[in-house]
Amino acid sequence: MLRHIALGLGLLLPAALPAAAQGTLNLYCSATIEWCQPIARGFERETGIRVTLAQRSTGEMLAQIRAEGRNPRGDVWWGGTGDPHVAAGEEGLTQAYESPRIAELHDWAQAQWRQTQGRTVGVYASVLGFGFNEELIARRNLPAPRCWADLLNPVYQGEIQMANPNSSGTAYIVIATLVQMMGEDPAFDYLRRLHGSINAYPRSGTAPINAVARGETALSISFVHNAAEERAAGFPVGHAVPCEGTGYEIGSMSIIRGARNLQNAQRFYHWALSAEAQLTASQEARKLQTMSNRGVPLTEGAPNMQTARIIDYDNARFGASAERRRLLARWDREISSLPR
Amino acid sequence: MFAGSSLFFWLLAALGALVLPWHMQQEGVGLAGLMAFGQADPEAASAIWQALAHGRFWFWPVVAGVLLALPGALPLGPAARRAQFLLAGGGLGLVAIVAQGLAIGIGGWSFAWMEAAFGPLDDRQFGIGLGGSLAFLGCLVLVTDGLALRGLFKGDRFVSGAVGVLFASILLFTAWPVLNVLGQIFTPQGELDAMAALGTRLFDQKIWGLGCVTASVNCGVFWNTLLLATSTASAATLLGLCFALIVTRARFPGRRAMRLLTVLPIITPPFVIGLGLILIFGRSGVVNQMVETVFGWELGRWIYGYNGVFLAQVFSFTPTAFLVLIGVVEGISPSMEEASQTLRASEMRTFQSVTLPLMVPGLANAWLVVFVESLADFGNPIVLGGSFGVLSTEIFFAVVGAQQDFGRAAVLAAIMLLLGLGAFLLQRAVVGRRSYVSVTGKGDVGLPTKLPRPVRLVAFAIAIPWAILTVVVYSMALAGAFVRVWGRDWTPTLSHFARAFAIEWAADGRMMFTGGAWNSLLTTIQLAAIAAPITAAIGLLAAWVLTRQRFTGRTTLEFSLMLTFAVPGTVIGVAYILTYNVPPLEITGTAIILIACFVFRNLPVGVRSGVAAMSQLDKSLDEAAITLRASTFRALRTVVLPLLKPAIVTALVYSFVRAMTTVSAVIFLVSAEYEMATVFIINRVINGDYGLAIAYCAVLIVLMVATIGLINLLVGRRKLGRRAAAPVGAPA
Repeated sequence: MLRHIALGLGLLLPAALPAAAQGTLNLYCSATIEWCQPIARGFERETGIRVTLAQRSTGEMLAQIRAEGRNPRGDVWWGGTGDPHVAAGEEGLTQAYESPRIAELHDWAQAQWRQTQGRTVGVYASVLGFGFNEELIARRNLPAPRCWADLLNPVYQGEIQMANPNSSGTAYIVIATLVQMMGEDPAFDYLRRLHGSINAYPRSGTAPINAVARGETALSISFVHNAAEERAAGFPVGHAVPCEGTGYEIGSMSIIRGARNLQNAQRFYHWALSAEAQLTASQEARKLQTMSNRGVPLTEGAPNMQTARIIDYDNARFGASAERRRLLARWDREISSLPR
Repeated sequence: MFAGSSLFFWLLAALGALVLPWHMQQEGVGLAGLMAFGQADPEAASAIWQALAHGRFWFWPVVAGVLLALPGALPLGPAARRAQFLLAGGGLGLVAIVAQGLAIGIGGWSFAWMEAAFGPLDDRQFGIGLGGSLAFLGCLVLVTDGLALRGLFKGDRFVSGAVGVLFASILLFTAWPVLNVLGQIFTPQGELDAMAALGTRLFDQKIWGLGCVTASVNCGVFWNTLLLATSTASAATLLGLCFALIVTRARFPGRRAMRLLTVLPIITPPFVIGLGLILIFGRSGVVNQMVETVFGWELGRWIYGYNGVFLAQVFSFTPTAFLVLIGVVEGISPSMEEASQTLRASEMRTFQSVTLPLMVPGLANAWLVVFVESLADFGNPIVLGGSFGVLSTEIFFAVVGAQQDFGRAAVLAAIMLLLGLGAFLLQRAVVGRRSYVSVTGKGDVGLPTKLPRPVRLVAFAIAIPWAILTVVVYSMALAGAFVRVWGRDWTPTLSHFARAFAIEWAADGRMMFTGGAWNSLLTTIQLAAIAAPITAAIGLLAAWVLTRQRFTGRTTLEFSLMLTFAVPGTVIGVAYILTYNVPPLEITGTAIILIACFVFRNLPVGVRSGVAAMSQLDKSLDEAAITLRASTFRALRTVVLPLLKPAIVTALVYSFVRAMTTVSAVIFLVSAEYEMATVFIINRVINGDYGLAIAYCAVLIVLMVATIGLINLLVGRRKLGRRAAAPVGAPA
């Protein structure tokens, strides 16, 4: 009699684990799936090592790696904004590694690697800027924004969107960039004046540029490559890199502490920093970010990190959890509690 | 064959402890690996061999417990003595299995104080596997058999076994993970210690702030959530009632179509409704542009925030309310209404003072279900919320967002849990202990009364525009699958389907699924198809136990079965990965964790529909079978089960559909090998690739409609031996 229940329950109980760790690599990928797949396939073609790919946004991936901390499942974490990588390193969830290719990288990638004691290295960079709906601003006779100062122009009242920094890494980089460019008090003064022009702080980092593409808002503070991608998808989206200078995020890579396939992870790390790997994958995925290897030429239409005025972003300070918590608390206290 | 004794389950426990490999095997278990007594590798050995040959002393109590239970399992001697052996042996086995699993993990001792007390342990173990699971199940049933022999559960071994298995599975897959995640409330924050961190998190202005009453700032998420859930529940219940009245009591040509329409939102993957609403009411949407060209008014961005989320949730949850209400409206006996009319009450008076009061339990139930669904809803607030935050989005971003504060997520989850429980208690208070029984064992021959004219007019005036709006929202949304760029370039194309579901033939004639969506689609169907029957079986078993048996702890069981319903998906997802990533139950990254998540999240609906159907069946039916000397199990199988067909269909359909459409719970549980369709779709949406996402949704909808039809066909209708499909008589 009870055997029927026993059978039912037996299905629920553990029977087998996934395949063993010989000749495989568990790749945790936080870029878009279009980019993760060429990366995984490229490495398979090159080495014959079987890659199992898991794709998740950076925050979700950090939550997962943290939850798995006592029994890691992943080997390498590739892509996604740098701050969660830095936070993972801070918590001892990732381990240091030195590839001979470090010297081939752009200065910003090397700087991040040094600042994190070798735990995290940059693979690509995305520049912060403005996205705007060309049709909408033409219809309303609004000027296209060019500088941070332009956004305070009262004509943009109720037309700007920026993500909520409590939930979006992108928006946090906006605050960190302004603090580094202007100093902390003037930066918060700027955000306070900007607050009156902002119509919503959505939770997700890409929501503002999606709203721009569909004409739901005129302007957004977003990554420039996101704006370029919306344009490539057929939307009337223009973009600008602020004239006073701007910050950027570093798409990063870390080796997970306790990786079961450490040798393969190191081999992947080395391969992913090579110019050929970066070029092939980013072209296949049609990505417009700047790659970290100096040997990769700039994609057509991508913002140029050399000509744009890029600030010297302090990853160590602004990636640290304590500083992040302090700035977010100040933003909550002084900006988001203001009436509109 | 072993019906008279507990020998079968003793053999099961013995097999698990002595012969089979105790731990989970990385490569899976082959035939040769099954004989784990005498294995050289400690990880592949059985419990007794690990204790004998590899010095793993912690398995001795397990083995001792199993051996101790043997005299009780043999059909010899007086019952009281056998009960003692069963309880002592099975109990020792259970305690030993749990204790050793919790105490010793992959890094030796699991707790620092144990290391301090016993010194470091230079050995370790992984999660339990086949042997451990069977031993656990065997010991559990030995204990419940012992209880039955003692005379509990009226001495019925089947009932006591069922209750034991239900309790154990709820403890393992609901209570343990939820408590685990709530324990995170005390995570220290920065330099603050546990209590201070709890204080700052709990009394946060962002949760309780009331600024929106006086100024144009955002209120705390608690008030937002409360307002949203209350208004959504009220509106959806009202709409659901209108639809239910029209479908059951009005002559209306489009009734069947309307019924179909109300099912559509349930089988819709998340985001579709929100996206459809943006296309219609968004700033650049159809309505706004029309109003602007005709009247020159600018409606602006009113859809973002409370308004939009409210509208989308009412769209999504009205069908749920309808499904709860339709049973109640159909079940009201016409005799009472006829009696009222015989006493010369007008149609309107009859409706007000007889029909409506009889619906109170149904209305309260529908309200509660929608309230809780609205609490846990994640898809609509994230698409339409703008700056408007609710608890579910706040929890998600507390875990994955820039704050990365697990303690905060746990505090918010606890608040949400309390809100859900509050609504549950409120509902019970409203329904109270009054009698709403209108269907008795006597025959019902009357015809349902027609709706009074004003009520009919109101119902039509509300339901028809709503139905039209639903059709429009859906067509707008699903059009996205067939045009080049949704909302921009309306050139028809099938390229999205081609990208998702391309099939190619390789040179040797083999079929290759080259489309990007195949992998996740096949996995989803497979897992949903495994989870649905398990959910239905456990749910109906629980319903039967709850309605037909009286035992101590019944209320606790009922309450804990409903618990996962009030816990939002995100919390469950995080709780599962937190709990099952480490031994003793190490199932992260496998299909088992996904199936367990589906089963225990959708169980409440299986239980509810079972309880509702079961309370319509007269207990004399099973009693008659028992009098004829059928065993409890046989009575259940041959008498009750065939009469429960509608409930079985509901449970199967619901759990299948929910397994295919849930997002928030599975987003943390999917792995490279087991990817789910919804997670794939969300990644498309986040990427702005709406075309492929909606094409995939369209395929899922077609697939689910086909499955629902198939389930109906397989289970069949119950044969009641009467002409009209009025409900079976139930005793008061």
